[in-house]
Amino acid sequence: MIELENVTMTYPGGMTALKDVNINIEKGEFVFIVGSSGSGKTTLIKLLLKELDPTKGDIRVAGYNYRTIKKRNVPKVRRRIGVVFQNFRLLKDRTIYENVAFAQRVVQTPARYIRRRVPAMLTLVGLADKYKSYPKELSGGEQQRVAMARALVNNPDIILADEPTGNLDPKNSLDIMNLLDDINKRGTTVVVVTHNKDIVNEMKKRVITLKKGVVISDEKEGGYIDED
Amino acid sequence: MKISTFFYILKQGFSNIRRNILFSLASIGTIISCLFLFGIVYAVIVNFQSGMKDLENNITISVFFEKDIPQETVTLIGEQIRVLDYVNTMDYISPEQAWENFCENKYDDPEAAKAAFGDDNPLKDSASYEVTLKDISRQPEFVAFASGLEGVRKVRSSEVTADGIATLSSLVGYASIGIVIILMLVSIFLISNTITIGITVRKEEISIMKLIGATNFFVRAPFIIEGIIIGTVGSVIPLVLLYEMYDRIMNYVIGRFTVITSVFAFVSQEDLFRTMIPAGLILGIGVGLFGSLVTTRKHLKV
Repeated sequence: MIELENVTMTYPGGMTALKDVNINIEKGEFVFIVGSSGSGKTTLIKLLLKELDPTKGDIRVAGYNYRTIKKRNVPKVRRRIGVVFQNFRLLKDRTIYENVAFAQRVVQTPARYIRRRVPAMLTLVGLADKYKSYPKELSGGEQQRVAMARALVNNPDIILADEPTGNLDPKNSLDIMNLLDDINKRGTTVVVVTHNKDIVNEMKKRVITLKKGVVISDEKEGGYIDED
Repeated sequence: MKISTFFYILKQGFSNIRRNILFSLASIGTIISCLFLFGIVYAVIVNFQSGMKDLENNITISVFFEKDIPQETVTLIGEQIRVLDYVNTMDYISPEQAWENFCENKYDDPEAAKAAFGDDNPLKDSASYEVTLKDISRQPEFVAFASGLEGVRKVRSSEVTADGIATLSSLVGYASIGIVIILMLVSIFLISNTITIGITVRKEEISIMKLIGATNFFVRAPFIIEGIIIGTVGSVIPLVLLYEMYDRIMNYVIGRFTVITSVFAFVSQEDLFRTMIPAGLILGIGVGLFGSLVTTRKHLKV
């Protein structure tokens, strides 16, 4: 589902964020990518979303090779990836319903399908009764659930979560992780980029550890490797 | 494109304007002023050119023949002139007609003058062709051509008038084009600014749209619709205003300065707006479309 082959990313200033990275994630896997600041996690996410192009190497996601992909197909591959951000990135001037529906509107889903699908997603994340609320009326945990509903609404093959618990307390963090686990059990590939040690250790999933742009460990049921 | 998508994009275009109402109004206001000025310049040019055309058609060139020339040669000269593509009209003025016209124009009592001369026509050698040209700037070319024809004694033209009209006409034309181009550039700049502000305000939304998988078209379309709406509103308002004002101004001018009507016929409202409405709409919508296309291309690299 996701394959990185000898990927190196050097920014124009000369800073190398990733060096000869090889990662292979199969369909239906749940994977943590961990590492401290500057390890290359953010660069990795930008590469997977094709916001950046690698200096060297090949990236293949959902059957698309990023080196040869046509420009007009970039939105198509992005539709196969549902993305969740640390700071939720909800549209503040729209209701919860509108925020989730927005993700479907931009991929030109028919209105009647949106009317069915959005309530189903809000029910899945446990916010069916808050569909009329605005983001600022919700707690951090609830906002992240809305972001998850938005990421899921287009039925993606992959969920890419960038520090999804970064702004949450331990209880909400665990709830979000359990939700991601449920989603994974339904067959969606889940990639979580985090530095939340407790969560990683508790979930007992595959853990890929990055340090200074290099993969230093890849364990099937791994734990958080303390670099210090 | 799905109908629901079309309406969604249209709605977004309108809400862009609403969210950014002050700048949108500023852009609409600028296009209104530009197109209002354009309309005035356009009306002046059309009327001026129509007046010039009337004048041009009234400038005649007389081609006189040599003494005692056979009628066949006169006909031959006429045929050679008639085939020129830039000749508008050609009339044969017989000696009798020439004398008649002379008496009418020069004497207070033409009948008395004619009677005094009796059968003796002083202009019996002054038969001529009176020629008008489609394009007065080609007068020197015609004079050279006609003077070279066998049997032609003299070609009389009003050189000063022809030169003056041709120069003035092109001068007004160039000045007007210059003014309109400057106005349009100002409009494009303002629309571009408005759209840029709209894009900046919606930066986060656009960024999320891109990451979710919106196509370039879907991200850009609302801003292009915004430009088209601004252009359309900005062109319809001045066109309606000018349409309402034109007849009133014409009537006022004709009422106040009656002398004008004796030398100059104004173009009718219908004739003027038959071309001005499409020209104004194309310019307004074109400016809106161009301004938004350039801006979205620059700021929305997906």
